Amino acid sequence: MTHAGYIIAGWSVGLGTLALYGWSLIRRGRNLSRQVPSDRRRWMTSDD
Amino acid sequence: MSATAPAESAVENTGSRSTRVLGAIIAVGTPLLLLLAFVWSPEDDVMQDAVRLLYIHVPVAILTYVAFSLTAVGSVAYLWKGSRWWDTVAHSAAEVGVVFCGLTLVTGSIWGRPTWNTWWEWGDVRLVTTLVLFLVYVGYLAFRRVPADPGVRARRAAIIGIIGALQIPIVRYSVQWWENSTLHQQGSLTDGKLENLTLFTWFIGQVVLGAIFLWLLVHRFRVAWLEDEIDTHGLVDALEERRAEAMVGVDEAVGGPVDGRIPSDGGQS
Repeated sequence: MTHAGYIIAGWSVGLGTLALYGWSLIRRGRNLSRQVPSDRRRWMTSDD
Repeated sequence: MSATAPAESAVENTGSRSTRVLGAIIAVGTPLLLLLAFVWSPEDDVMQDAVRLLYIHVPVAILTYVAFSLTAVGSVAYLWKGSRWWDTVAHSAAEVGVVFCGLTLVTGSIWGRPTWNTWWEWGDVRLVTTLVLFLVYVGYLAFRRVPADPGVRARRAAIIGIIGALQIPIVRYSVQWWENSTLHQQGSLTDGKLENLTLFTWFIGQVVLGAIFLWLLVHRFRVAWLEDEIDTHGLVDALEERRAEAMVGVDEAVGGPVDGRIPSDGGQS
């Protein structure tokens, strides 16, 4: 494969950044959910 | 230990059935995309294997336009209806859009080095307009963190969100309007020059990264909603909690409930 270093770097940065951002959102969501009653979490009151 | 404890703790997050379905699509789609991008799709006659960066760079660039367009839609809807829901949509889409726009710049720079022999070209109108778009929405997010009246801040942020989105057509069509000032090619996905498997791989990349985008957007919306709930109701809840604690303390001190009622023994005990 030509340019393997660039290809792997590009994909690693892309998917890695998205994974880290997703993980940070899950952590923030968990911490905040503990502070808010479930009846004030819109997605807990429907099947969506 | 209550039998319902696991169920109660399980709902303390921003997940739902829809995000779990999206997660399943992502879990299946990502390995498929990697196989297509790295193994099954052919190399390009000119770019050789560097074409494999197309399958991540182009989808994140398109999703950047989607995100900032959604910010503009949410901003217009907020100014029109004054709905907190739309303001939260605009805010969430802007943050996800900044992440995708940053990735567009970084993956494009990495792709540019083997293709154009440069990491960055200040004379390229597509690169510079994309950088300006990125900086405007970083400014939008910074503005949203400035302490101010929430209504005033939301209205001003909406104006920035709308003005920022006016750049999207400029970025999109810059390579046509200033075709002598760019290294980018025009319409490579639609001009029929790409092989079918290359187009199919790009399509799968668009679907998988689109699912990731949607998953991030839904979770970001819910985080913003929770933050707003805490800001709005946090003080009231804290006051009620302190009041309840104080009442319990008084109850214990006088040996009975302090709610205005006379104890059944006439208060003699």
